[in-house]
Amino acid sequence: MKDAMPAVCIDRADFDSVIKALAGDGYNVVGPVLREGAIIYDEISGVSDLPEGWGDEQEAGTYRTVKRNDKALFGHNSGQQAWKKFLYPSRERLWSAQGDNAEFKIEPNAETPPKYAFVGVHACDLRAIEIQDIVFMNPETADPRYGKRREGAFIVAVNCAQSAKTCFCAAMGTGPRAESGFDLSLTEIIEANAHYFVATVGSARGETLMQKIKSRPATDADLQAAATRTENAQKQQVRSLDREGVKELLFSSYSDAHWDKIAERCLSCANCTMVCPTCFCSKTEDTTDLSGNHADRWRLWDSCFTVDFSYIHGGSIRKQVASRYRQWMTHKLASWIDQFGTSGCVGCGRCITWCPVGIDITEEAKVFREEKMDPRLRGDDEVVKGTKQ
Amino acid sequence: MSVTKSAHKTAHEAQCACHAAEAPDPLAPEPFRVVEVKQEIEGCNTLIVEPETDEAKKLCMYAPGQFHMIYAFGQGEVPISISGDPAHSNRLVFTIMGVGPVSDALTRLKEGDKVGLRGPFGNHWPVEKAAGRDVLLVAGGLGLAPLRPAIYSILAKRDLFSRVMLLYGTRKAESILFQDQLAEWNKHMEMNVSVTVDTADEHWGGHVGLVTELIKETNFSPSRTIAMICGPEVMMRFSAGALLERGMKANQVYVSMERNMKCAVGLCGRCQYGPYFMCKDGPIFSFDQVEHLYKVREV
Repeated sequence: MKDAMPAVCIDRADFDSVIKALAGDGYNVVGPVLREGAIIYDEISGVSDLPEGWGDEQEAGTYRTVKRNDKALFGHNSGQQAWKKFLYPSRERLWSAQGDNAEFKIEPNAETPPKYAFVGVHACDLRAIEIQDIVFMNPETADPRYGKRREGAFIVAVNCAQSAKTCFCAAMGTGPRAESGFDLSLTEIIEANAHYFVATVGSARGETLMQKIKSRPATDADLQAAATRTENAQKQQVRSLDREGVKELLFSSYSDAHWDKIAERCLSCANCTMVCPTCFCSKTEDTTDLSGNHADRWRLWDSCFTVDFSYIHGGSIRKQVASRYRQWMTHKLASWIDQFGTSGCVGCGRCITWCPVGIDITEEAKVFREEKMDPRLRGDDEVVKGTKQ
Repeated sequence: MSVTKSAHKTAHEAQCACHAAEAPDPLAPEPFRVVEVKQEIEGCNTLIVEPETDEAKKLCMYAPGQFHMIYAFGQGEVPISISGDPAHSNRLVFTIMGVGPVSDALTRLKEGDKVGLRGPFGNHWPVEKAAGRDVLLVAGGLGLAPLRPAIYSILAKRDLFSRVMLLYGTRKAESILFQDQLAEWNKHMEMNVSVTVDTADEHWGGHVGLVTELIKETNFSPSRTIAMICGPEVMMRFSAGALLERGMKANQVYVSMERNMKCAVGLCGRCQYGPYFMCKDGPIFSFDQVEHLYKVREV
């Protein structure tokens, strides 16, 4: 970027003006809100909608919101929802058809896509958005619906000052500090007598917005305070996933008996795929009205954990839960790399937290690795193969 | 009557940058008209469809082995391999067995009805690679349909190939597709056609047994042959195995795969097979690409 605007500080008292300015520019402003005991993302009209003073505790299969001993606005970790529900809605009309078998006309979905401003995007989720961009905005097959929503979206990233026990963004190389891909990034600083945000501009749009916001230049001490916050967040991470060779590891584990062990616990409920910020698989639904002359084609989120997902005439391909978990984990950590040039995992930890039986992708990856390292457990007949040829 | 997209442009669209990058929707079908319906066997029809617009005409250029997504009004879309002659660029031919709600609806269509099409998608049979060599086509059941465009292409330039053989197996004599053509191809010695059925009654005078038995009995030189196999996965697995036993290398053997598919452009994620998307990397794979996956259950 040309002459990046130096970092500035926005006082907590002036932060409401950021949300108001975005709304004034015509954005649907979306941010974290406390609702029914969880922090989710929804429309916000001002700073009073944010979950001030609320944090969360997470473990495998566990999530609860807790009162913090400060008044942090962004003192929470990943909730069960990702931003994909806005950019890639869980149910969306693709197009309509009017007529009958003998004569019909396809009509594109004429709805104007909403213009979103996302406030409070963590680094892991920012990377997740970039990963879905690769899926949906590949020039040859770009989905125009996703593209319109994405191109219009304004992103305010928030660098994490803490981590949940399920976070492993550092291991995946996606966080906790957002390096790029935002219009504006913030680090929330709370000290004895001060509550403010260190703000970095990441785009021309961000620069234009900041002209409307009261701020002061950031001092070295401010920048150091911000850096310390994200360093602390990183130090708090207790989980990790060794990315080195994980693709080859999983491609060589198709016939491993450990998949059956996981399947003894896995309920095949699809929670992990619903909360995953990068999972993109979908199904379609065709509906007609009572006259039979109007048909709609819908796209809905689907999951590789359903029996229908792999159905072809004669039955489903993946009848066993073990096969479905294997598909999910192998896709996420291995085949995704061949397909899209990146891992499909950003280390947000949602699949661990929201798994009702607490299956932990980082632990399962370790089991496969330990088996391969231990010659007593290693099956030598397995060929390390699978990469696209 | 539909008009091309550019003709629709208003003055605003022409000037305004926000419309300049209006990308085509890869999920929106183009209109085609059913001009001929032919029942092949019980429950299986061949549809000949013609494009209704200039945009739709572009969908008629394809390579053997590719497929389209066909939309039946109000019912949904299914992937169907093209079964016609690629030399005919003004129409498309599909041979469809009713096995679910959408394919059933497609087999109920009559002449004059309309369908929506997207495509063509996927890669193609290695017809060019087979030039100068023996060609062994192995079909099981409905799998003859996706191979037929390759047969048309090969026979159109018959001199380029050495021996051309078709080994075709079906469950019973009543399930044999394209019977007149099989006889025609065989009669002129353009292609050696061998047919076998799994079970037969007293009216059947031909071979009884699995198509893999034909592979064992057929005379071809493994080192200079390209094999193209299409049929149920279990049949392809055993056929490929039989060919490897005869001394062919895995990279001389090609299979055409099938998986659940909703979008055909890599967005729905359903057709994954190991690292591959069936819609983009397939449906045709050289056997060395997938041999290791064939050994794993429920990939």
